[in-house]
Amino acid sequence: MYQFSRARELLEICDKRNLKLPDAVILSEQEEWGRSRDEIWNEMDSRLGIMENSVEKGLEPDLKSIGGLIGGNAAKLNSYLQHGSLGGKIINQAVAYALAVTEYNACMGKIVAAPTAGSSGILPGILIALKEEKEYSREQVINAMFVAAGIGKIIASNATLSGAAGGCQAECGAASAMAAASAAYLGGGNTSVCMEAAAIALKGLLGLVCDPVAGLVEVPCSKRNATSTANAIICADMALAGINSFIPFDEVVDAMFRIGNMMSSDLRETARGGCAVTPTALAFTKTIR
Amino acid sequence: MVSIFDIIGPVMVGPSSSHTAGATKLGNIARRVCTDKIRIVDFYLHGSFAETFRGHGTDRALLGGVLGMNAADERIRDSFKYARESGIEVAFHTADLGDVHPNTVKIVMSCADGSAGELTGASIGGGEVRVSSINNTHIEFSGQYPTIITVHRDKPGIVARVSSIFANHSVNIAFLKVFRQSRGSEASMVIETDQEVTRSMLDEIASVPEIVKIMFVDV
Repeated sequence: MYQFSRARELLEICDKRNLKLPDAVILSEQEEWGRSRDEIWNEMDSRLGIMENSVEKGLEPDLKSIGGLIGGNAAKLNSYLQHGSLGGKIINQAVAYALAVTEYNACMGKIVAAPTAGSSGILPGILIALKEEKEYSREQVINAMFVAAGIGKIIASNATLSGAAGGCQAECGAASAMAAASAAYLGGGNTSVCMEAAAIALKGLLGLVCDPVAGLVEVPCSKRNATSTANAIICADMALAGINSFIPFDEVVDAMFRIGNMMSSDLRETARGGCAVTPTALAFTKTIR
Repeated sequence: MVSIFDIIGPVMVGPSSSHTAGATKLGNIARRVCTDKIRIVDFYLHGSFAETFRGHGTDRALLGGVLGMNAADERIRDSFKYARESGIEVAFHTADLGDVHPNTVKIVMSCADGSAGELTGASIGGGEVRVSSINNTHIEFSGQYPTIITVHRDKPGIVARVSSIFANHSVNIAFLKVFRQSRGSEASMVIETDQEVTRSMLDEIASVPEIVKIMFVDV
């Protein structure tokens, strides 16, 4: 009754039953897995707690990733943005938090894959920065996580969330779409505004390749989480301003999947193309093999 | 059907679901092959595992799994320290394991009682794994379900005998596969279930005369 695999189905469920987007997502989970609303809510609450912890730990300045390429960048941006910045407080705070989670991930810290470990910074970056700066309640933020989960489920059902299968567009692209929808929800957008935000965000990252230096989840992954975070906020603002994607979210997801299938395997997590085969990357790779 | 907690999740120690979380799971399955405390463990890393294991912490994750940690255990980072404290000798080798998945590892263990154990498996993405050999016998399972692996004498009626135990306990068999080296010799069953498996049920299976030994995996 509440099952959906497409955005248009989810929109219809919300519309017909007069449900808010997070409640529709929770009901579908209750129905499919036979769990109570409380149980599902508490599990999401605990995942928010793990996200908050990973942001806090990732902001420590003396972090060093096990691959040796990143660590401390979140701390740098976090201290810089306290004294003004070009892009403004919220965007930079969200980006600093996104960097923090990915750097903590690269140090073997405990994170929530959202939807993957490689793209784990984007959603917590946005949610926690908005929670602090806009003073959203914990309850609102948890609801926003269900919105993100609904978007991610649509992508997983019709395309892929794996960099090895679809390139970085399937990881950071998907995470950015999820985060954009959750930000639009927090900003007061209705269900279709959330879908427009997700569509614009994913569209903006279509074609993004997965080209990790030395195969590690460090460069360019961490900073791609950062740019995908900024992308998500900007797209949420556009959708809240009433701008439509023109291409509906479902069709953008299909396009993402087709692009992934057209992508050379050299550009899908194998470290045989893109940034991974630049002279700098190859020189580094030699030093660790 | 995908759960929203596979989308906002899993909760795991980074950096990579395939190279870290999946590796932990393989190590954790491998330790169940042993009948006594592990004293020496050798890891043979193939393909992408061999090339990038240090930068992904694959070595710490595999070892953490062998020590009983799961993919969300933050002690994984320091698993070498824990192995030292438990007096376990550890070695990593790069190896060509043939025409197998790029993230394949062969884990060879020596136990305190003098016995040895072997497990080969691959981390196939998203933290999921596929075991391909136990004690040098070809076998296949994913560890996604509670799994019972038997070693038994290859005689008629044994499958029916064991499956009736599942029926009596109202445990549904999701997948059942039978493997053997040659007719009438030792064979193995891999039984993946939908429900939890109790200790008493395992004891009952182990007491079937043709059963040489059983192993239970629930990770």
